Amino acid sequence: MVAAPAHLDVSKIRAQFPVLHQQVNGHPLVYLDNAATTQKPKRVIDALNRYYEGYNANIHRGIHTLAEKATRAYEATREEMQRFIHARYSEEIIFTSGVTGSINLVAYSFGQAFVQAGDQIIISGLEHHSNIVPWQLLCERTGARLAVIPVTDSGELELEAYRQLLQNKTALVAVNHASNSLGTINPIKEIIDMAHQAGACVLIDGAQASAHLPIDVRALDCDFYCISSHKMYGPTGTGILYGKKEWLEKMPPFLGGGEMIREVTFNQTTYNDLPYKFEAGTPNIADVIALREAILFIQEHDKAAMATYEHDLLQYATAKVAALPGVRLVGTAPEKVSILAFVVDGIHHFDIGQMMDTRGIAVRTGHHCTQPLMDRYQLEGTVRASFAIYNTREEVDALAESLGRIINFMRK
Amino acid sequence: MVAETFIGMTIDQAQEEIVSEFSLLEGDQEMTIFYIMELGQKMPPFPETARTEQNEVKGCQSKVWMTAELRNGLMYLQADSNTAITKGLVSLLVRIFSGHTPDEILNADLSFMKKIGMERFIGTQRSNGFAAMVKQIKYFALAFQVKNA
Ligand SMILES: Cc1ncc(COP(=O)(O)O)c(C=O)c1O
Repeated sequence: MVAAPAHLDVSKIRAQFPVLHQQVNGHPLVYLDNAATTQKPKRVIDALNRYYEGYNANIHRGIHTLAEKATRAYEATREEMQRFIHARYSEEIIFTSGVTGSINLVAYSFGQAFVQAGDQIIISGLEHHSNIVPWQLLCERTGARLAVIPVTDSGELELEAYRQLLQNKTALVAVNHASNSLGTINPIKEIIDMAHQAGACVLIDGAQASAHLPIDVRALDCDFYCISSHKMYGPTGTGILYGKKEWLEKMPPFLGGGEMIREVTFNQTTYNDLPYKFEAGTPNIADVIALREAILFIQEHDKAAMATYEHDLLQYATAKVAALPGVRLVGTAPEKVSILAFVVDGIHHFDIGQMMDTRGIAVRTGHHCTQPLMDRYQLEGTVRASFAIYNTREEVDALAESLGRIINFMRK
Repeated sequence: MVAETFIGMTIDQAQEEIVSEFSLLEGDQEMTIFYIMELGQKMPPFPETARTEQNEVKGCQSKVWMTAELRNGLMYLQADSNTAITKGLVSLLVRIFSGHTPDEILNADLSFMKKIGMERFIGTQRSNGFAAMVKQIKYFALAFQVKNA
């Protein structure tokens, strides 16, 4: 029934996610809000418990045994993340609070050093507010200008327009790897190469890619890449900024405090080496440590096999939902991560979301933190179902069945 | 007019009526939501011209418009929303409060939401919005009361 690659046993995968095994409003939970946050496998939850019950200690500064153990576990995640995204050096991995934290770090710190009045910052019409607002703030601070790559009706970036924009002196291009509202996978290699030819740096918002797409920052040659742990089966409240060492070394610190210094006097403070220069204060130790388990979970199941399975689910869901009367898909790019967004004529997305909840189905409704994109389609919002590796065709059937009932009811 | 079914009832009697209607749904959430939406569909049409920013109830996630008028000392409400569930919810308030004096409305104690377990099936966001609608109705009543005093 489930068209999974032979070595990918979805029932075994589901068994690893405790939260999935519950009834919501009298129905088995159907969790289809994975683009907002994914659920966590038991090994991630266990790692959090092991840390707090076994070796909670502040890292780097202590010489006692627990501090040593915590430090090693924390640094092990950095090394695992380095392998996960194929970074050249582990000090190119900075732990942050997540994508939002990472983008703000770059906007502030790179902006301070390398962005001047009159420079252009290019973003795209597909961006999450997290990849819009920090750049607007930077533009306000420096007098730089924000330019936006337009989006086609199907939800793809207009690369010809991008090429035109690059004629102006551009400091940085910031686009997402995949769109959280439409699912579009952007041609980031091309985007990066074009930017570099024009002398601009590139930041990639990888929030929607890390659990679904291969990431090789060296092959991509991007200057910055941002990841949120909680969208890749890891804990909330942490994530990374990958930055090329040559940039990170030249960038001034973002937050000041403990950990990021070498020596402090009242006259002058010198800063620590990478990556610590950008990790001021006690970090989110427990969640960083548990993030390693999420990376291992993905590695062990083989990302390519996961992507194939999720793609199949997406196609199955797209066909079923699109066949219902009055449904209009929003985002129909040929290359998509497993995100299905739609509106239904005459039925408000809030109503659909609320009615689905009564059947235990969790979808997201609204603008998905992409108001400019919604404006582009003259929509107030959409219903978004987003799939992860533990979702099944049976759950897609439940989604389509529920939507069918809602449409029937509302149209009579 | 929907409010007709409640004409002659006190606010408390109207609430009891709603509680007994909902009890027929036996706590089935989907049926309850469908029923609420049906109530919304039965409301008299809201004049297009009254869908103004001024008539918008602030504090709701959905858009809600509400107007009130006083006829022979009794307050009558009209309302609308851009979402079907919220329209159904506001229709309950229209039914309960329409045809009562500002005094009665200001002194009313709303108990039916708790009794039908509303928060459980509409969530916190909409519950907050619902509270904003009730507040708006009380403002209307207060304004009429002050004007008439
Ligand atoms: C594309 C995209 N960018 C950025 C973010 C922000 O991520 P976080 O809230 O984890 O910082 C999200 C999360 O919704 C996202 O989907």
